[in-house]
Amino acid sequence: MGLLDLFRSRPKNTASVAAERLRIIVMQERAADGRGSSPDYLPMMRREILEVIRKYVNVDADAVDIHVTREGEGEVLELSVTLPEKASPSLKVEAETED
Amino acid sequence: MTEIIVVTSGKGGVGKTTSSASLAVGLAKRGKKVAVIDFDVGLRNLDLIMGCERRVVYDFVNVIQGECTLKQALIKDKRIDTLHVLAASQTRDKDALSKEGVERVLNELAEDGFDYVICDSPAGIEKGASLAMYFADRAIVVVNPEVSSVRDSDRILGLLASKTRRAEQGNGGVEQHLLLTRYNPDRVANGDMMGINDVKDILGIEVLGVIPESSGVLSASNAGVPVILDDTSDAGQAYSDAVARLSGEERPMRFVDAQKKGFLARIFGS
Repeated sequence: MGLLDLFRSRPKNTASVAAERLRIIVMQERAADGRGSSPDYLPMMRREILEVIRKYVNVDADAVDIHVTREGEGEVLELSVTLPEKASPSLKVEAETED
Repeated sequence: MTEIIVVTSGKGGVGKTTSSASLAVGLAKRGKKVAVIDFDVGLRNLDLIMGCERRVVYDFVNVIQGECTLKQALIKDKRIDTLHVLAASQTRDKDALSKEGVERVLNELAEDGFDYVICDSPAGIEKGASLAMYFADRAIVVVNPEVSSVRDSDRILGLLASKTRRAEQGNGGVEQHLLLTRYNPDRVANGDMMGINDVKDILGIEVLGVIPESSGVLSASNAGVPVILDDTSDAGQAYSDAVARLSGEERPMRFVDAQKKGFLARIFGS
């Protein structure tokens, strides 16, 4: 970056934004195809959890995030729900599943 | 043994035909007997990139429909003896291709002692694209470091893993490689373009080659001379490296680092 660039407004690093968006969408689409490492019931489970939450709180369609990650012997199902601005910022639940 | 290689991408305009032409020429230059087939029925373009558009008499569909022999339809390259082009039909629709017909042509090429058959896939995921990949032993997925191209490539990887003969027979599936094209190292350094590792990590397969964005590619297609034959262009040299890797040699990646800027450029930016 040149010295003069310090005085110009510079957009954010868009490449890392692209990579992050792609990681998420590719993972979701692989799960929907029955590919990838996460179980194929995740997309369906995600939709149902979203419906349940929406009975009580009006959240966005992308508010529910579900991942399965390996940790040593077991698998961890990580579920995070982003609530709207006024409510508490985030509700995080972690559940251990038997392998 | 004939190896069937599909060059595919999902998205259009990423460089499938440019890559098919250069890979075919590169393999043929190494003494291999190569046929390159245009599967894009109705939108024939490989002939233009190869520079043989005025020598097309019969095409792929004519052979499949039994209107001519394979030998009559194969166009022998004027530069390299062991290279042959099979043009797509410009007038028929995509339904003119059938799985049995394609298989018959590929078997005949194998009997004729071809070492490689390169299948230049059309864009999309419909009939032409699915037939181009169906019989493949290897797939070269051409991808630009850009969101829609990467996403579409992943769809194609899914199809390669399920809708191909090798996947159906369960014998190890199709060997998959990524070929990054239109790569701009300066923009990657600036954070404006995803880098090799980003794309590799997202898609989870190995990178066969990285072709830099280059003015040589347009000049080559203007002239009908595959860019790999232009030793002075960085894209041509990058394709030569990719062909070497395809043939099992190890080559370091070139043209992937940003240009070092001079003193003035560093002060004033660019």
